[in-house]
Amino acid sequence: MTPEEIEALEAQIYAYVGKEVCTATPAKDAVNETMIRHWTEVMGDTNPAYTNPEWAASSKRGKTIAPPAMMYVWNQEGYAVASTGRPSDAQSDLVQLFNDHGYTGVLGTNVKQEYFAEASPGDQVVMEMVIDTISERKATARGTGYFYETLATFSNQNGVKLGTQRFRVLKFIPQEQPAAASSDSALEVPTRIPSPRGHDNKWWWEACDEGRIMIQRCTSCQTLRHPPRPMCGECQSIEWDAIESTLDGEVLSYTCLRHPSIPGYPKDPVCAVIKLDEGTHLVSNIVGCEYEDVSIGMRVKGKVEQVDEKTMLPQFYPGTGGARS
Amino acid sequence: MSDYPTLNFSEVNVGDALPEQEIDITSGLVVSGALATRDYEPVHHDKSVAQAAGLPDVFMNILTSQALMTRFATDWSGPEAVVKSLDIKLGAPNVPGMVMKVTGSVTAKDDASGVIDIAVMGENNIWGMHMAGTVQLALPQGV
Ligand SMILES: [Zn+2]
Repeated sequence: MTPEEIEALEAQIYAYVGKEVCTATPAKDAVNETMIRHWTEVMGDTNPAYTNPEWAASSKRGKTIAPPAMMYVWNQEGYAVASTGRPSDAQSDLVQLFNDHGYTGVLGTNVKQEYFAEASPGDQVVMEMVIDTISERKATARGTGYFYETLATFSNQNGVKLGTQRFRVLKFIPQEQPAAASSDSALEVPTRIPSPRGHDNKWWWEACDEGRIMIQRCTSCQTLRHPPRPMCGECQSIEWDAIESTLDGEVLSYTCLRHPSIPGYPKDPVCAVIKLDEGTHLVSNIVGCEYEDVSIGMRVKGKVEQVDEKTMLPQFYPGTGGARS
Repeated sequence: MSDYPTLNFSEVNVGDALPEQEIDITSGLVVSGALATRDYEPVHHDKSVAQAAGLPDVFMNILTSQALMTRFATDWSGPEAVVKSLDIKLGAPNVPGMVMKVTGSVTAKDDASGVIDIAVMGENNIWGMHMAGTVQLALPQGV
């Protein structure tokens, strides 16, 4: 899009800020025990405040309540969404405007509900909703787009405010088209990212697969180097051989990769730069002790281990010979 | 009342971990969760529509994730706790065949209001973070 086109589009979309998506509308059904029970069965929620009238009568509330997370459920459109589609409103018009300009991607990113009062069977939930904010144009990992936020306000039949919901959606230009119908193959539990094996480092990974960690050595000046590369940085010779490391070393630097955890990898892995006794450095993991017990200068001993179905990697243990097999 | 105890505000400390929950994501849970929340968007019950959107199968709707996050907190606190807010950042979809592990801990306590903050993380075993957020509960104070 040219800057002029962006400006023209933004003039249109920002006009939606403050527009009403729905005026105060009572839910089709009053809060009721049947819908609550269906919900609690599926969610596995056995909270007696929702479904046990005898207990509830003796509780502080004196009666059962609807699960707070059902606040938005009461005003849902219903089966029409699947059969005839959603009726048009300010939000659908805004979405259409985005779609028409290539912002076809959609991603709910945040939803925040605040609860001010509880609803009980017999209460009538009334919802009103506005488009509250639209962000400036942003580059995101998914693609360039805009965040818009709807604000829904819920009240009961007496005008008591039950709560609010803010829902944040990213409308973006997808970086790539989603794959057509995905295959029906079973979901594969992820393993670690395979090592990239090229002309200059394939030999190193193949030795690792066999349980050996090699260090490249210049045959002209005997300088050791790692990671593998074609030329000696000292004498520019391209002649080399390799020695096998004993995997004795010490911690030069380390960190812990906290959440979000990465599928296929252990939770909170300790990643370290190990100074091998041969002199070169190796980025690896420290296992067999807590992060809190790792320190710079600590002696470690490595062992090449199978870390998942497909991957052999060196793992370092505290101490000088304490590698577990 | 004793059948359903509720934690007292004074019993809870910042740093307390909640019992983990592992939830099998099945087609039954995804579709039933969508219908129990009256969410008839086809991506939550029609596999072909979900696949056309680039996903391998139907995926869990947000209202079910909200329900599971609240349940995680109130299963631990007991029924007299009052849910004050639920703030969720949404991540990777939950698709049938996955297992979601829900973990959390108490991150704040407000003595004046009796409200505690619980940081909750729901991660599935295939794509990682599905939901991360905060549940606020008001707990009974005093005796
Ligand atoms: Zn050299």
